[in-house]
Amino acid sequence: MLVELAGKLRAAGLPVTLDRLAAYAEALDAAGVAHAYWVGRLTLCGSPEDIARYDAALAPPASAARGPSWQVRRLPERSLFRATMPPSAATADQDPALSVQAAATEVLRHRDIATLSDAERAEAAALLARVATADITRPGRRHRPAGHGGVDRRRSVRAMLRAGGEPRPLLHQVRSPRPRRLVLLIDVSGSMSPYADALLRLAHAFTRHRPRWTETYSLGTQLTRLTPALRIRDVEAALREAGRLIPDWRGGTRLADGVAAFVRRDGHRGVARRAAVVVFSDGWESADPARLGATVAHLHRLAARTVWVSPHAGRPGFAPTAGGLAAVLPHVDALVAGHTVAALHAVLEEVRRA
Amino acid sequence: MPDFASPAALAAGLADAGYLADEGLAMAGFLALRLHRPIFLEGDAGVGKTAFAAALAETAGLELIRLQCYEGLDASHALYDWDFARQVLHLRAVETAAHGTLSAADLEADLYDRRFLLARPLLQAVERAPCVLLVDEVDRADDEFEAYLLEVLADAAVTVPELGRITAAVPPVVVVTSNRTREVHDALKRRCLYHWVGHPTPERETAILHRRLPGLDERLAAQVAAATAHLRTLDLVKPPGVAEAIDWAAALRALSADTLTAELAAATLGVVLKVREDIALAAGAVGAR
Repeated sequence: MLVELAGKLRAAGLPVTLDRLAAYAEALDAAGVAHAYWVGRLTLCGSPEDIARYDAALAPPASAARGPSWQVRRLPERSLFRATMPPSAATADQDPALSVQAAATEVLRHRDIATLSDAERAEAAALLARVATADITRPGRRHRPAGHGGVDRRRSVRAMLRAGGEPRPLLHQVRSPRPRRLVLLIDVSGSMSPYADALLRLAHAFTRHRPRWTETYSLGTQLTRLTPALRIRDVEAALREAGRLIPDWRGGTRLADGVAAFVRRDGHRGVARRAAVVVFSDGWESADPARLGATVAHLHRLAARTVWVSPHAGRPGFAPTAGGLAAVLPHVDALVAGHTVAALHAVLEEVRRA
Repeated sequence: MPDFASPAALAAGLADAGYLADEGLAMAGFLALRLHRPIFLEGDAGVGKTAFAAALAETAGLELIRLQCYEGLDASHALYDWDFARQVLHLRAVETAAHGTLSAADLEADLYDRRFLLARPLLQAVERAPCVLLVDEVDRADDEFEAYLLEVLADAAVTVPELGRITAAVPPVVVVTSNRTREVHDALKRRCLYHWVGHPTPERETAILHRRLPGLDERLAAQVAAATAHLRTLDLVKPPGVAEAIDWAAALRALSADTLTAELAAATLGVVLKVREDIALAAGAVGAR
């Protein structure tokens, strides 16, 4: 019976390990079979999502008060991301001279991503992956010894005691840097679709480089958390998985709803706190721009630095007149262009100034 | 350690201590006492996770030892620390009293004696067991900290390199709480009984208000519970928890109100809602009702 239950729950996606199963058996023995529902819920689940799966796998007793109803969404497989050529194919037919290649790279850095061919796109992605190796830090709570900075009283006193109470030169300390969380909100609506692929690749590179400190969400008509998908090692597999997760790919934009959902669901609870938040969007908002402004203002109060990246900001003659963008502008730390690899590099500089 | 015959018996005991636990929570407490497994409680802020640990300690007649987690919490604040000042003092005292009669090795061994060890909450819990150890808001601590917790949770032991392993005679009852601002590592969760603490039903909330605020008007309690439940259905940044509902009822009692009117609700919203946008949204809803 135990094995049968374990099989059923594993099929539902619960991580039923042997030690959990042993705990379940022991608890069942202590509490009695009549309480099997709660015993199983307490010993076999590890998150609200697990509880939802557990409830779905078993027919729970009608009287049981359940927690929030979390939904596990299943969507049909989509192949939205076109397969790119390997970067070697792009470089093979070019002049082998290194200087020329370097120059081509420099040109590519400044070309609008939307106008690139498939081969150039692959090369741009490789350049982007290099952008993402930079560290983003904040001053930590702990200190480390240094040649300058505040006086390290503890070490100074210890040094003096070691010298039998004789005065010694003062020792100093600085705050040791800790990684700062980076939150990427990527608009995947129709108007942003030429850039979405490159941005998701950038997000993947960041997630590969610092998996614990990068969170990625897609914005469209609704908010989707992409972090788990982007943790997949292989970039193509990760993007396929991300494409499967995004239900509103190339759809309309309800930017305010998406940002508000992020702030309320995860941001306010801690994901956005002290984080560097980067929103990639052109600011085309189909609903009330004032609401978007208020939401971004809230986000700005939570985050250490809020950077808005609009691909159009780099075009000649740009003025932030798109309804949403004008409303957002007073509440962000910086509005930067994000249409080329070089511009995305500049975004990173902006983020690190937090 | 006291033994409860059934989860219902524990729930009754908790009720006497002023805490109304639902079926799942009572079961978690019962199993924790019976199987010596830690409880891992997750839920929104203010649903009574910390209060549960306090009530459990009171019901079981055990001491409550609390470890509040924060970012940068390290072993010297959570486990133990050597009392440096006293060690130096001891050296000086030995130097003057027993000049030259003690060997250096003896003196050194003397320095790492238990009396120079400052017990922090985790070591205290192991030494003073049976007791209830509350590890509050573990999601605030860095994830390295979870590693220190594992030994205490799994074996009820603390290892001090200079002294050896200190093991509890009886494992302490451990309650770990989290507001879920980040996902706690599965290695920690695996060793625990997991329970998601949701918001109570209006009936239970009315009962809680009665229990916590004796002499509260019957109708007012029901109204506050219903209004709080309604607020939770609104699209709020921070939905009010039980703690806020109790504060609200206490505020209304202080105003010697016996009915929750729309004006009174609007005037006292600041007790329940702490975000400006939420207050604006709720004030609109109050006006509409």
